[in-house]
Amino acid sequence: MNSEQLPVISQSPIAGRPHKNTGWRLFLQTVIARAYPRVVGQQGEKSWMFFDVLLPLGGVIAYVCVYKAIGAPEDYVGFVVMGGAMTAFWMNVLWSMSSQLYWEKEQGNLALYIMAPNSMMAILLGMALGGMVATTLRALVITIIGSLMFQVQYVVSSYLQLFAVFILAMTALYGMGMMFASMFLLLSREAWHLSNLAQEPVYLVSGFYFPIRNFPFWIAAASSIIPLTLGLDAMRQLAFASGPTLGFISVGIEIGVLAVLCVVFLTAAHFLLAYMEKLAIREGRLTESRR
Amino acid sequence: MTTLALQNPKSRLRNFVVAAWLGWQIESNWTDPFLFAVYSVVKPISAAAILVVMYSIITQGNFDSPVFPYIYLGNTFYMYVGAIMTGISWTIIDDREHYKTLKYMYIAPISVPVYLIGRGVAKFIVGSISVTITILFGVFFLHVRIDPLAVNWPMFVLALVVGVLMLAMMGLMLAGVTLLTAHHYGAYGEAVAGALYLFSGAIFPLEVLPAYLRPVGYIMPTTYWLELIRRSLVGSVAQAFPTLSGLSDMQILGILVGLTVAFGILSIVVFRWCEYRARERGLIDRVTNY
Repeated sequence: MNSEQLPVISQSPIAGRPHKNTGWRLFLQTVIARAYPRVVGQQGEKSWMFFDVLLPLGGVIAYVCVYKAIGAPEDYVGFVVMGGAMTAFWMNVLWSMSSQLYWEKEQGNLALYIMAPNSMMAILLGMALGGMVATTLRALVITIIGSLMFQVQYVVSSYLQLFAVFILAMTALYGMGMMFASMFLLLSREAWHLSNLAQEPVYLVSGFYFPIRNFPFWIAAASSIIPLTLGLDAMRQLAFASGPTLGFISVGIEIGVLAVLCVVFLTAAHFLLAYMEKLAIREGRLTESRR
Repeated sequence: MTTLALQNPKSRLRNFVVAAWLGWQIESNWTDPFLFAVYSVVKPISAAAILVVMYSIITQGNFDSPVFPYIYLGNTFYMYVGAIMTGISWTIIDDREHYKTLKYMYIAPISVPVYLIGRGVAKFIVGSISVTITILFGVFFLHVRIDPLAVNWPMFVLALVVGVLMLAMMGLMLAGVTLLTAHHYGAYGEAVAGALYLFSGAIFPLEVLPAYLRPVGYIMPTTYWLELIRRSLVGSVAQAFPTLSGLSDMQILGILVGLTVAFGILSIVVFRWCEYRARERGLIDRVTNY
């Protein structure tokens, strides 16, 4: 790791005196510094990439085989492939965003984050951006392999809307992850269990493997608080021939709701982080390690 | 003294019981009983509900077909694979990386394989709670038709006992491999469990797989174990798919016992070899900041 790759403190023209950034420059450099290990550092152990792709792909294959065994229409295979790829993002938000500050606490880094003159919000944003880039690559690999393996037919009605939905869903999702991270700041061993608990129930209510239109309206509406619910539903409507007939609500409304969720989660993350940080300091829980 | 302790069956039993108690404390004391109960109920029911919703969408709610209990029961009992097999191998990572106590286990007068299997008991108990709740939920709310008077109880109990032993031995083999690996969290365990999920006909018949992959399923003991469990609970499920319909219950039991013995011997050999290599390479107390 050299200074070009991680320019937190840059050298000033006056030899021997490091120039210390402040304000938005420091914020930006913190974001880059925290995003760096997410994008580049994770590639250090190549086998992680293999397992990160293989494990969700195994789930995709299993659910596709179930659909084939019970004679489902071909588009459902595509729904599963798309949902399976999106599980990578949910797993990333749960394990590498929400419970990340717990891991940092366990390893002794959290106190350093708090002591350093940078913004915790910048650290969370760096984690989110780095995680999003790295996970997008993995999700893309899962989508390509799954699509080729099961010959999924995509009929995209609007690439622009598809791109907009994806970006909005990711922004809202990682905003939610940042909010959870601040809430998890106070947790210890239970953080692991709570992240573990939030997998299958979310796969169910968000319709990772089937259209949520099949739920009663109010259940589907309530589950829309998780950005992937509407994101997946809109992407399926835009990418598959039978998508619009199986969609929950119109894509336009889903885009609007996702935009609102982005603002709500990012704002909530900002305020919750400040509150939880103060609370954790007051209660002396930033360095505790309850195994 | 160490050798004598290891050879004494009473010491082994005490070792096993204490490991089981320790495992239970680790599994359950991270929260209050209410949250633990919620955790034990919500997760398995959600996993089962995904399949139920998928099935009901495509079949328009045809729960009378034997295909439904095939899928539901296969998925439910597969929870034991994750709980026992993956759980035992996870103990290595937990003790080595998290609690940093694995080295102390090796210098204590205990048998490490017995200790590992003892730790698996807690996973078995938690898994049994999940399996029971999921079955009851299926019977009362999801049209899974299990008639207690028609269940072949002796076959069910026998299949369950053999299956749990088989999974424990496979977990021991995986624990051996985990002793040699670093930087991989529980990925090996999850990958093996995922592969078994695909190749054991847990939620779909092997016929759905390409012909060249099916033999993998035929040599897996979990394939026969799940089939036997399903048949003992719902006899008609044997007709759901043709995979093993040509075999009688006793034939399947015979194959299951034979494969369990074979995998059991292989597990002990693999674990001993991996353990030797781990000691030789100084991996027992290696911490990788997982």
